[in-house]
Amino acid sequence: MLLIHCPYCKEKLPELEFEYAGQAHIARPDNPAEQTDAEWRDYLFIRSNVRGDHAEQWRHSHGCGRYFNALRNTVSDKFIATYEIGQACPTSHAEGEENNEQLES
Amino acid sequence: MNNWRVDGKGRINRDKRVRFTFDGVSYQGYEGDTVASALLANGVHLMGRSFKYHRPRGPVTAGSEEPNALIGTSRSGAGRFEPNTRATVQELYEGLTTVSQNKWPSLNFDVGAVNDKLHKLFAAGFYYKTFMWPKSFWDKVYEPVIRASAGLGVSPTEPDADTYASRYLHTELLIVGAGPSGLAAALTAARNGTDVVFVDENRELGGSLLSEAPSAIDGKSTESWLAETIAELEACDNVRIMTRATAIGYYHENMVGVAEKLTDHMENPPVNAPRERMWRIRAQEVILAQGALERPLVFDGNDRPGVMMAGAAQTYLNRYGVKVGNAAVVVTSHDSAWYAAFDLADAGVKISAIVDVRTTVNDYLNSEAQKRGISAKVGHSVTSVSGTKRVSGVKIGRISGEQYVTDIISIPCDTVLMSGGWTPSLHLFSHTKGSLHWDEENEVFLPGERTERCHIAGGGRGLWSQQAAFDDGVHAAQQALTSLGQNAPGLSVDVDGDRAGSGIVMEELPSNDDKLARRAFVDFQNDVTAKDIRLAVREGMLSIEHVKRFTTNGMATDQGKMSNMNGLKIAANELGRPTPKVGLTTFRPPYTPTTFGTFAGYHKDELFEVTRKTNIDNWAEENGAVFEPVSLWRRAWYYPKAGEDMHTAVARECRETRASVGMFDASTLGKIEVVGPDAAEFMNRMYTNPWTKLASGRCRYGLLLGEDGFIRDDGVIGRISEDRFHVTTTTGGAARVLTMMEHFLQTEWPDLDVWLTSTTEQWSTIALNGPNARKVLEPFVKGTDLSAEAFPHMALRECTVGGFEARLFRVSFTGELGFEVNVPSEHGRALWEMLYQEGKKHDMCVYGTETMHVLRAEKGFIIVGQDTDGTVTPADAGLTWAIGKKKPDFVGKRSLTRPDMLLPNRKQLVGLLTEDPSVVLEEGAQIVEAGDTAIPAKMLGHVTSSYWSEALGRSIAMALIEGGFERNGTSIDIPMPGQTHRATVSGTVFYDPDGDRIKM
Ligand SMILES: [Zn+2]
Repeated sequence: MLLIHCPYCKEKLPELEFEYAGQAHIARPDNPAEQTDAEWRDYLFIRSNVRGDHAEQWRHSHGCGRYFNALRNTVSDKFIATYEIGQACPTSHAEGEENNEQLES
Repeated sequence: MNNWRVDGKGRINRDKRVRFTFDGVSYQGYEGDTVASALLANGVHLMGRSFKYHRPRGPVTAGSEEPNALIGTSRSGAGRFEPNTRATVQELYEGLTTVSQNKWPSLNFDVGAVNDKLHKLFAAGFYYKTFMWPKSFWDKVYEPVIRASAGLGVSPTEPDADTYASRYLHTELLIVGAGPSGLAAALTAARNGTDVVFVDENRELGGSLLSEAPSAIDGKSTESWLAETIAELEACDNVRIMTRATAIGYYHENMVGVAEKLTDHMENPPVNAPRERMWRIRAQEVILAQGALERPLVFDGNDRPGVMMAGAAQTYLNRYGVKVGNAAVVVTSHDSAWYAAFDLADAGVKISAIVDVRTTVNDYLNSEAQKRGISAKVGHSVTSVSGTKRVSGVKIGRISGEQYVTDIISIPCDTVLMSGGWTPSLHLFSHTKGSLHWDEENEVFLPGERTERCHIAGGGRGLWSQQAAFDDGVHAAQQALTSLGQNAPGLSVDVDGDRAGSGIVMEELPSNDDKLARRAFVDFQNDVTAKDIRLAVREGMLSIEHVKRFTTNGMATDQGKMSNMNGLKIAANELGRPTPKVGLTTFRPPYTPTTFGTFAGYHKDELFEVTRKTNIDNWAEENGAVFEPVSLWRRAWYYPKAGEDMHTAVARECRETRASVGMFDASTLGKIEVVGPDAAEFMNRMYTNPWTKLASGRCRYGLLLGEDGFIRDDGVIGRISEDRFHVTTTTGGAARVLTMMEHFLQTEWPDLDVWLTSTTEQWSTIALNGPNARKVLEPFVKGTDLSAEAFPHMALRECTVGGFEARLFRVSFTGELGFEVNVPSEHGRALWEMLYQEGKKHDMCVYGTETMHVLRAEKGFIIVGQDTDGTVTPADAGLTWAIGKKKPDFVGKRSLTRPDMLLPNRKQLVGLLTEDPSVVLEEGAQIVEAGDTAIPAKMLGHVTSSYWSEALGRSIAMALIEGGFERNGTSIDIPMPGQTHRATVSGTVFYDPDGDRIKM
């Protein structure tokens, strides 16, 4: 079971308190009506499905209830960083490399 | 009776005799025995029949990796039978009842053993091939005969009577395995003051020291050294020792699941004591000191009772004081079996020969064999085993070239002890996705890159000697403690008479016998032979993952602990590729079979899932309601009077409600309070409907879409004040809707000044429907005028009802004059009873969810999730009127004009009237074109709701049908078993289409 750092509670807590909420940094278009069908399709359905570092939203649903962003490695499953909604994605250590923060820290 | 006990050997308590039964026969053992050791002490080797061929089987190991000796165990009392218990693990206690498995009518004479004669039918891949043809064999032969005779054990038929516990534990250092390396690591950390949890699956600490004691440790006997060491560890406050505790899985961030058996070894377990406890241990550092498992050799008849691992025989002798036979032939590719042979010889077992497939062995082994008068047949192979229910002899010969043997001779024996060397036990390490690297010289996989803070010590790193294991345990502990920022001094444990050894890895042993006729088993539990694996390769399985699935090698409950390496080696040879290139299958938790109860823990019976009840629920129970579950809620389904079945009760409730008035507990409706200066703007963005102009004191039907344009939820929404909305949702959708709202609010519109609060459980909601609803309610209402003019349909007021603060809605889900009274939830029942008394004056009925469903269906009101399925747009459901046409945007709006959403042949929600009005269609029934009898027919859609309408005196239904709106007035067919029903497509409003009745 993963331990996840909630950037609002500022505490590392068990995965059971959290839920996944999809890929991060996909902003809802300001004017959906002006979107072409293809643009709107991409917004709705097209996701990165990356093998490696993945920016995603999580919610501390059984804690403070806040949504936050996380950078997580989809191969090791491990969290590299968590950060507040609205903050920019921190760059991952190395593109495509499997990061094992646990062993490096 | 205990002819096979050896005086002066073993750690059993000879002062405490224990009686137990196996297949109805009473036997005697000692405290400290397992079922297997006690049966062996009674000369019983035949303990079960195999999975596929029903071959007689006996124990091949002395530990938790046992594939063969699976038995059923029971304690007195219902629900305490357990199949597939490993006889090599189950401890003996007085009165234990055990039975063998996979046999009929008896273990000695088993009809299913005919499968063994038909083994060519069950060759590799038979699951995929044999069962394909002919089709008629499916239900006549394959299912009843083959399925019944294959399988492991029999499922218990009673609910599990035991309770199970679970706990969390945090520690600095977790050590798994209490053999030499684990003990050395524990001592190092314990003396350093480190917080240690030390677990082992056995009843006592010691690991291999219990099976094979060196002559001295630190100048003491092994027994005293072990006793002193355990005493020292037990005396440390910083050390928690758990025995009978198996580390079953290694999860993220050093969480290790440990299943601890608490009562399975007790004659009289404490009352209410849990049977097992699941520990979830979060350790800062983990040391895996799980040793290694001995590999079988693969030769014809290697599964016969009496053939077992050399190390197991040594364990039965040294730990349990049991000799597994009187005359043994040892067959090996590793030095360790020679030592086992010497131990057995010294205890009086005749070792008829040591057959070693290697070309040479060291002088020490040869001279020790000679000293004991044992014939050492180096460069030899066993080619076959005779005996069916017990070994009676072997044929051996000199290896001549890779495939053949010469100078074949027969040796009579009652036991064959085999050893193909040792495989590091790296299952838990593999759970962490730690990589394994191939050690070419020793032909073993060893731990490589790690992903967790874990350290492997001893046998797990391919270190076979006990001295090396002790040293490595100290080293691992020092590494772990350094990671913890603690600098621990080392310590040394000195072993005298250490028996380091080496060996080679074999595939199937050479033999002149027909390759196809040989029954040389690789996976004992799944009955996979060397021939099966070669066949799989010839049929095109290139990777070990394919071979595994094709043959089922390694897929049994022992997860290939004994078979994986042999299977891999044989496949690699057949493929002509290096072993590591063929790959190793993935180990997955649990390490050993674990009861469902242990995983479930406290989550059973009433604690399995919460049952949510309204404040009025107990009234319903007292008044004979029949309940149904709706999401986590239990809801009153209908209220039968004496003599009524469901149909007549629901018909009466419908009739009485429409005739006068009915009362319904609607408290489970989801409720969300949306508050703040931007509340209306938020509602505009979330729901399809316009909210800006909705006046305070008014309410409106709200429709919620996903961003993909499909209906997600609906409900009546009231505007309490300028900045406050009372949102209702479907009963099952409340949490989902709140989550969706929070998601948008927090991540897309953080600028909106809005608060969302779940208020579902803050309100009791009582619905009154029917022409006399006002009369029942009016006497209790203070502070507002209920007249049609002052309080029209879709109005809401804050007032008091029955003396309680209330939010009173005039809404209707039945098409009748309707009110919904919300009062603080704790007053629900009190108000319900007041209204109930008043209702008696008006022949009021109380009704449940079924009548609610019928009444709403008569009006064509949808239930989201029943009449919609996540692919239904507002247009499909005939709800375009609920869309705010002038709104620039709301969640899902853009999707409504995507090309696929505008296709004319989308499935649309329509009504259905059956030709025969008495036929109530089945919900979920498929719909085809009228007269379409083709097989298969084209499915046009399905029935979503279907009821007997008491108001119409006929059945009604709703359905999602392709191009449904265009089909209005036409016929469609609903084919059902035995009969096809015809129905006419209609609108969905069956009752009071003009809506006059709500205007009262
Ligand atoms: Zn939080």
